[in-house]
Amino acid sequence: MTLNLTKEKFAEIHRTMLEIRFFEEKVFELYAQNLVPGTIHLYLGEEAVAVGVCSTLRKDDYITSTHRGHGHCIAKGAELKRIMAEILGKKTGYCKGKGGSMHIADFSVGMLGATAVVGAGIPIAVGAGLSIKLDKTDQVVACFFGEGASNQGTFHEGINMASVWNLPVIFVCENNLYAMGTRQSKAMKIENIADRAIAYGIPGIVVDGNDVLAVLEVTQRAVERARKGEGPTLIECKTYRHKGHSRVDPARYRSKEEVEEWLAKDPIKRFKQKLLQTHILTESEIQKIESEVLAKIEEAVEFAMQSPYPMREEALEDIYA
Amino acid sequence: MRKITFREALREALREEMRKDSNVFLLGEDIGRDWGGAFKVTDGLAEEFGDERVRDTPISESAIIGTAVGAAITGKRPVAEIMFGDLTALAMDQIANQAAKICYMFGGQAKCPLVIRTPFGAGVNIASHHSQSLEAWFMHVPGLYVAVPSTPYDAKGLLKTAIHGNNPVFFCEHKLLYSIEGEVPEEEYTVPFGVADIKRDGADVTIVATLYMVHKTLNAAKMLEKEGISVEVIDPRTLTPFDKQAIIESIKKTGRLVIVSEDCKTAGVSAEIAAVVAEEAIDYLDAPIKRVAEPDTPIPFSPPLEQYVIPDEKAIVKAVKEVI
Repeated sequence: MTLNLTKEKFAEIHRTMLEIRFFEEKVFELYAQNLVPGTIHLYLGEEAVAVGVCSTLRKDDYITSTHRGHGHCIAKGAELKRIMAEILGKKTGYCKGKGGSMHIADFSVGMLGATAVVGAGIPIAVGAGLSIKLDKTDQVVACFFGEGASNQGTFHEGINMASVWNLPVIFVCENNLYAMGTRQSKAMKIENIADRAIAYGIPGIVVDGNDVLAVLEVTQRAVERARKGEGPTLIECKTYRHKGHSRVDPARYRSKEEVEEWLAKDPIKRFKQKLLQTHILTESEIQKIESEVLAKIEEAVEFAMQSPYPMREEALEDIYA
Repeated sequence: MRKITFREALREALREEMRKDSNVFLLGEDIGRDWGGAFKVTDGLAEEFGDERVRDTPISESAIIGTAVGAAITGKRPVAEIMFGDLTALAMDQIANQAAKICYMFGGQAKCPLVIRTPFGAGVNIASHHSQSLEAWFMHVPGLYVAVPSTPYDAKGLLKTAIHGNNPVFFCEHKLLYSIEGEVPEEEYTVPFGVADIKRDGADVTIVATLYMVHKTLNAAKMLEKEGISVEVIDPRTLTPFDKQAIIESIKKTGRLVIVSEDCKTAGVSAEIAAVVAEEAIDYLDAPIKRVAEPDTPIPFSPPLEQYVIPDEKAIVKAVKEVI
């Protein structure tokens, strides 16, 4: 490993990926019990992207997120119990039950919220970058979106603007190969979204999105560049979602072979193996982390389940600040 | 009192707020030192405040508003200009789904102190893509305020209120208003949202009018005065929030209501005002509500065609006579 990380940092990375994994598995389980209203878009399989990116960020850096946003929230440091409460529509949730799974935000940790309009968060991230530039601080913004969003006008308008104004934004494309059920090759002729960076005169980098350290390393370079005022970078993380697009989707458009191939590249399994092989963590240390994370998830569920729903009349509050 | 143009009044509001608060900045297409805005509202401001704070943008309406939203939720007070109101269609997701909902859907965590300025209105022969009046679109989106000034005084006072506030404001300007003159005090003042202004006192008929139509209505009122008909002209000044009480108080006196608005009649500004009065104050009316609005057509180019669809003094007089 080329990265110079402490043992604690390695452990933290593994812990955060497990938090996302176990959290999402729990959400899936609660959904199956009919306890989750509406829909869910699980981040299972893409954990290395959120964690690799957010591990390089400071608390005062910003992120913007998408409908598939639970992992981004957790990686940026939002509290599991308040995310879970929001997903269940409870008053104690981050948005007091008004946002739900697709609209979680925690401004206190720089998580500027998830928008469920595909690609809409891109110009908003650019605007946060403009704030930073006008205030002359060295913060950065990481903007998450999928490969489907790269066909939206907002992607092109937003990246062009960030580029021409040299804004400190790291555009993170989570390419999980499918926009809902539409395979990438049906929607664009190029293989790498990162190639689109050329059109805007900024670096475009392809990285194995299931290798957390690889994601971390390229993000670190992009963050350094952004902090120095050298402008944005587009990072394309090749990854795969383990489940369907949303709760109603059995993902029959993907072959069994393809799914198995990607499951074998599971980012958490790979990282765990690496940690063990390189003797950074022992089996028992990893087991300890796993059980601690599981306990934390149980606490979050307990908190969310025990929390009250908002009063009905609260629907009329917060329309204006 | 000194008189200045509507354009100068807007520019003064921007200048004063930019001097007071370094978080206020402007962005839009051709608003900077090379052009000064398509209607010259921002002319000279880049020279005083620099290109960073009077920011020319690429032709990317969606990203202009999206960028303004991102800056607003991270502590800035952007004032975005969309060159023509028709082009807000290109930015509609960022206006209606992002700016308007960001406070609500995040449970009150985010403030979005954003002003979107844009000119509406027909009358200068620039056809279907540069002439519409679309204020009703934005009245239909909870979370936005909608300002519709008709005088230089109101324009300056409302724009300052918009910039001071913590919510997204859709600030409508009518392109025929920019050069009109009016009294504007030198000293500091603001105009609150949700407070209508009686532009003319009268006893026989209440006319509610907005933007450029206020001036046509005042002309019509003078014509009607000669025939012994006394018209009260009320300008709501903001459509959201809407001062329904001022209108109800007026019709208690007059018993008659005509609504004049340049936008299309169907589901337009006049439809909403008529509905509010019908719902809450129909007992005070002695005659049906009349609406003077554009027919439901796109705005045509050729001068006789365009003039045919824009409400004029004659149509206002006719409507008043129908309810007397």
